[in-house]
Amino acid sequence: MTDIPAPRHIPDRLDKPLSSAIFSWEALLVVVAVAIFAINSFASPYFLDPYSLSDLTFNFTEKGLIAFAMALLIISGEIDLSVAAIIALASTMMGMAVQAGAGTPVLVLIGIVVGLGCGAFNGLLVTRLGLPSIVVTIGTMSLFRGIAFIILGDQAYKGYPESFAFFGQGYVWWVVSFELVLFLVAAIVYWLVLHRTSFGRRVFAIGNNPVAAQFSGVRVGRIKFILFCLTGLMSGIASVLITSRLGSTRPSIAQGYELEVITMVVLGGVSILGGAGSILGVVLAAFIMGLVTFGLGLLNVPGIVMSIFIGLLLIIVIALPIVWRRLRGGR
Amino acid sequence: MKALLKYREIWLLAAIAVLVGLISTRFPAFADPGNLRQVFNDTSILMILALGQMVVILTRSIDLSMASNLCFTGMVVAMLNAAHPAIPIPLLIVIALVVGLVLGAINGLLVWRLNMPSIVVTLGTLTIYRGATFVLSGGAWVNADKMSPDFIGFQRAAFLGIPVLSWIAILVIALFFVLMTRTALGRSIYAIGVNPTASVYAGIDVGRTKFIVFCISGMIGGLSGYLWISRYVIASVEVANGYELNIIAACVIGGISIAGGIGSVGGAVLGALFLGIISNALPVINISPFWQMAISGSAIILAVVLNARGERQQGRIILKKVEAVT
Repeated sequence: MTDIPAPRHIPDRLDKPLSSAIFSWEALLVVVAVAIFAINSFASPYFLDPYSLSDLTFNFTEKGLIAFAMALLIISGEIDLSVAAIIALASTMMGMAVQAGAGTPVLVLIGIVVGLGCGAFNGLLVTRLGLPSIVVTIGTMSLFRGIAFIILGDQAYKGYPESFAFFGQGYVWWVVSFELVLFLVAAIVYWLVLHRTSFGRRVFAIGNNPVAAQFSGVRVGRIKFILFCLTGLMSGIASVLITSRLGSTRPSIAQGYELEVITMVVLGGVSILGGAGSILGVVLAAFIMGLVTFGLGLLNVPGIVMSIFIGLLLIIVIALPIVWRRLRGGR
Repeated sequence: MKALLKYREIWLLAAIAVLVGLISTRFPAFADPGNLRQVFNDTSILMILALGQMVVILTRSIDLSMASNLCFTGMVVAMLNAAHPAIPIPLLIVIALVVGLVLGAINGLLVWRLNMPSIVVTLGTLTIYRGATFVLSGGAWVNADKMSPDFIGFQRAAFLGIPVLSWIAILVIALFFVLMTRTALGRSIYAIGVNPTASVYAGIDVGRTKFIVFCISGMIGGLSGYLWISRYVIASVEVANGYELNIIAACVIGGISIAGGIGSVGGAVLGALFLGIISNALPVINISPFWQMAISGSAIILAVVLNARGERQQGRIILKKVEAVT
């Protein structure tokens, strides 16, 4: 590195040969997705039906929305385990607002603001006090869901207005749901932010070397704070969608989602150690997880057994490149 | 120097004393020795699990699959007991340890041989082990009337006025204390957490030690599986769902640094006791049990804030100690 004179022009991105695109993580995910899609359509005659495929999308849209923000957060070297608890708290607050007679616009606003507030709280604890995010968010996970339990106990909020149902149950055009459109729009926005802006470049820089980033003039704390806020915001939006889809709020809503979201992000090729990943990978991972759960659901496989497949998929997809590299290197 | 090292545990002990004091102002019988013994017994399983998690966290890893391991192993021993009531309990405990060991070894092998981050591996096995419980049992429950009286009674039998469950916890605490303070393995575990690179140069096989650590946490998960099932006399897929985070919470409150290398047996035990006291006290002082989650969440955040200040000081002390030895 040090002996080479500095080039006059530093390319914005390296030219990638075609072979690297073929052997990339995303290509592997595409192959897996196509394979699962093919297996599904052979295994069940009901799979290749526009309405079935439309139902399929609900399996990943809500978690996928959070996964985009979580991907950025994990790339920057942090993690947020409290996203499902934020959903529960935001949903509970919306339930309280309904009880007080709030209309649909107010409900949506409350869901988003509560999510944003929870994210900001995480971000403050991590960036201002310099605490490890995994522990902070384990704590806030109990705290947020705990508040939902204190407010609701074993009760449930119902009676959401009819217009509110659009977000989780409505269709924009034919079989294309509002949730799917939102998912795709978010995918494009997050792709632009991560891969086409200096903000995204800074996120990668922080994840690769926070100290070097700091010395290069990147405001590490501030960017991490923004990422926690974004994750909270997306959880708030997901909360609006889930609450609208279910039409009721219990404090146990979205239990265990945090691990599914993280599985999605890791499956999408984002390094859990930070510094690497792509939005395209996360989109593909979301599709794959949706395909697996929906396909197995059509075959009457219980949800708990599906989780075995998700777990195996996670381990195998991560282990495969490592084993392959070792086999090639071993020769 | 020694007094300084014990600093954190003494503070935690003081916090627990204050907590018990506060509770007994509203419910005087809580501080009774008899009741405190009961609280200890109730917290035994969490203490054992926290110790298993501690050794993993000390090496900069994490085991999210402990509660699923507990659930699976518990189902194995419960079904064995239901099918063959003649199998003696000590043998069942050995079986639980072995099953847990195998599940832990799977985690350990993936971390050691494939160099995968432990959080990814155990996130995967968390769902796999719990799903495997469903496949094993076909979704059925094993409840009290299918279990033999010995199976349920063993841990409740009193020995010297204290239930066997508490004795098991005391034994495990003692074993971990010896392991962490009197063996080369314990010292390697700390060394890996403080500085993995230096550990390699010091001749420690980091991968193998991590493998052993996951075997330990697996065995603990298995042992707790039997203890949990025989205590709550129901084995189902839902057993200890989400409990992995309680275990980590106990460790964090006990001052075990998630960044590795810092933590003690006493801390893990006291962290678990702190959570145990809260969950035992809420019903007797008429606070809805729904408050428990928010309270333990706040306790975790508070503990991390306090630990973050202590850790920097502790780092210097360890350095001085190493210099003094060499």
